[in-house]
Amino acid sequence: MTEVFWVAPFIPGLSALVLFLFGRLFSRKWIAAQACLSVLASFSISLLAFLGLLAAGKGAAPVVRGLFSWIVSGSFEARAAFSFDPLAAIMSLVVTGVGFLIHLYSVGYMSEDRSLARFFGFLNLFTFFMLVLVLASNVILMFVGWEGVGLCSYLLIGFWFEKPSAAAASKKAFLVNRIGDAAFLFGTFLVLATVGSGEFRELAASVTGGGFPAGIATLAAVLFFIGATAKSAQVPLHVWLPDAMEGPTPVSALIHAATMVTAGVYMICRMSPLFAFSETASLVVALTGAVTAVFAATMALTENDIKRVLAYSTISQIGYMFIGCGVGAYSAGMFHLFAHAFFKSLLFLAAGSVIHALAGEQDLRKMGGLRRRLPRTFPPFLVGAAAIAGLPFFSGFFSKDAILSQAFAQHLYIVWIIGLATAVLTAFYVFRLVFLVFYGRYRMHLETWSRIRESPLIMTVPLAVLAFFAVAAGYIGLPAVLGAKANLFGRFLSPVFTNVPGSVPGPGTEWILMLLSVGAAFMGVAAAYILYVKNPLAPLVLISKLPVLYSVVNRKYYVDEAYEAVFVRPLVRGGEIILEHFDRRILDGVLNGATAATGVTGNRVGLLQTGLIKEYALAFLIGAVLFIGFLLI
Amino acid sequence: MIPGSYFLVLSFVLFALGVAAFFIKRDLITMFMAVEVMLNSANLAFLTFAKSSSALDGQVIVFFVITVAAAEAAVGLAIVLVVFRQKKSIRCDDLDLMKG
Repeated sequence: MTEVFWVAPFIPGLSALVLFLFGRLFSRKWIAAQACLSVLASFSISLLAFLGLLAAGKGAAPVVRGLFSWIVSGSFEARAAFSFDPLAAIMSLVVTGVGFLIHLYSVGYMSEDRSLARFFGFLNLFTFFMLVLVLASNVILMFVGWEGVGLCSYLLIGFWFEKPSAAAASKKAFLVNRIGDAAFLFGTFLVLATVGSGEFRELAASVTGGGFPAGIATLAAVLFFIGATAKSAQVPLHVWLPDAMEGPTPVSALIHAATMVTAGVYMICRMSPLFAFSETASLVVALTGAVTAVFAATMALTENDIKRVLAYSTISQIGYMFIGCGVGAYSAGMFHLFAHAFFKSLLFLAAGSVIHALAGEQDLRKMGGLRRRLPRTFPPFLVGAAAIAGLPFFSGFFSKDAILSQAFAQHLYIVWIIGLATAVLTAFYVFRLVFLVFYGRYRMHLETWSRIRESPLIMTVPLAVLAFFAVAAGYIGLPAVLGAKANLFGRFLSPVFTNVPGSVPGPGTEWILMLLSVGAAFMGVAAAYILYVKNPLAPLVLISKLPVLYSVVNRKYYVDEAYEAVFVRPLVRGGEIILEHFDRRILDGVLNGATAATGVTGNRVGLLQTGLIKEYALAFLIGAVLFIGFLLI
Repeated sequence: MIPGSYFLVLSFVLFALGVAAFFIKRDLITMFMAVEVMLNSANLAFLTFAKSSSALDGQVIVFFVITVAAAEAAVGLAIVLVVFRQKKSIRCDDLDLMKG
């Protein structure tokens, strides 16, 4: 059953091709149906393969399916091959499952857009590339998927390219990702040079067999991690993700929350032997994750765009996943990725439903009191918010707790404290969102109030399904103290993460850590309640009391401005200087000189051309006489 | 029997006359005639050498030259006619459209 898995990427891929070639011939219904069904088929195949893997039991080797020999050079060979193991199974289920729900939702959300075939074509193409990334059995093929999803991200951020801000955002995302891609490539070169093969299995064997010098391993791991920071929007390459919200909301949910941005985490889990081998690299991963988590969470506090708040929270949550990877708790990191895919895409889609109902309004300051108008959007949103805030019994609580308790068990107390602080901030900003959008009074003209309509069922049903999973996903990864059925998720993944030191905190410690997490979550919610429901004027007072702090946070610590000053402007200025002095003077000078010389010569020589037959004949005569004279002499 | 050198001298004189006429005369028709004279002087030389070497090649070439001359006359006169219609003149000094 598992062997069929390799078909999964090609169904959406084929669908994308058909949509690109013949999309304009199809009716809108056909386009939507084809796109959704192709992903559903892909999901069914993934599910089938997953069930096969479950049935095969623990000791089973990953199923590998070679497609063709791709690059052959001497003794080196890179095959285009897919492999299916528990890690790939979980990721491909998330990609196709959440992806299918988002495709469905898009049918409603994009119902009035002109270029439906282009949209679904890109979305299908993204699913194809993401599955290539997930299923690739070697780092070279993974890079193909890695670049492919980056391309689709670029295309979809700039989907409404007639908006200058969308075009600029897509360019920014693409350029920032180039930095990471370059690092990823250098890491790949290092691995190829050291191991002689890009296959993940041989990489793992080489690392555990001691064939990898420690320094080179650290360097390679850090290079791959830089690739991950760009793709997963971690500090300092996080700047592109908030701008990426210019894309349609389903795109934000699928690519910029649930799947593509978590590809960095997946990649590190894929290469976990390499990262586990290099303690330095792991520490870098954990610290970067922690810094990102708290940084992004503070940036979300003052943001007034509903989607951008969620974008910052995505950055912050991926920071958690990196903490998990960095402390060696790869399965905890993956668990958070899994849970996050549900609750964050849920939040995005629910926010999209709000935006849809308000005819494109994204500013929190122009919302309020919407829970009465959007009865089918509000409960799922509340569930998603509770999950991300880490309220008990929701999935985010278990997954976040798994990471934090591991950080504590590895004695990385500073990381743990940062994580806990971030949990408070997370609960605060996400409930600030809930209170500003759904509670209080409507802050716009009353005449627009009557025009607010709840979204159609095709949008709200996916919300309900995702809300179910946002709760249920937590119960497959219960902490060890909560019974024998604990941590099914981690046990399923354990064949992949073999050489990971597994130290578990004692039951007493675990209970205390859990209580602290709960306390942190409720503290954040309570603070948001006090500031935004009880006392709506208090935030303004706070802002006026702390103007400097507010403007620093509100301007995102001036990171964009700093990059502008340090990188962008010198580059542009340098380009201008080169344009002025090299292009205009030297290059253009040479070319203009050549044309001018040709022109002058032509004019001079042209004087010979009098147009009079007599003179030509005379020249001919002189020539003939000279020639004959020459022959005679 | 007239010696071959006489024919050669005549041929040379004819050719020189043709060249001179071509450069001295201004109207296109006369220049054409000068060209014909030059061609025929060449024919004469060919025939002389063919006779003296008792080979047929020279005579064959003469036939070619006559054919070409006929064609040239036809085309050339047509061109002169068109030029005259356009410019109301067949003086070769008036024709300098191809001046660079």
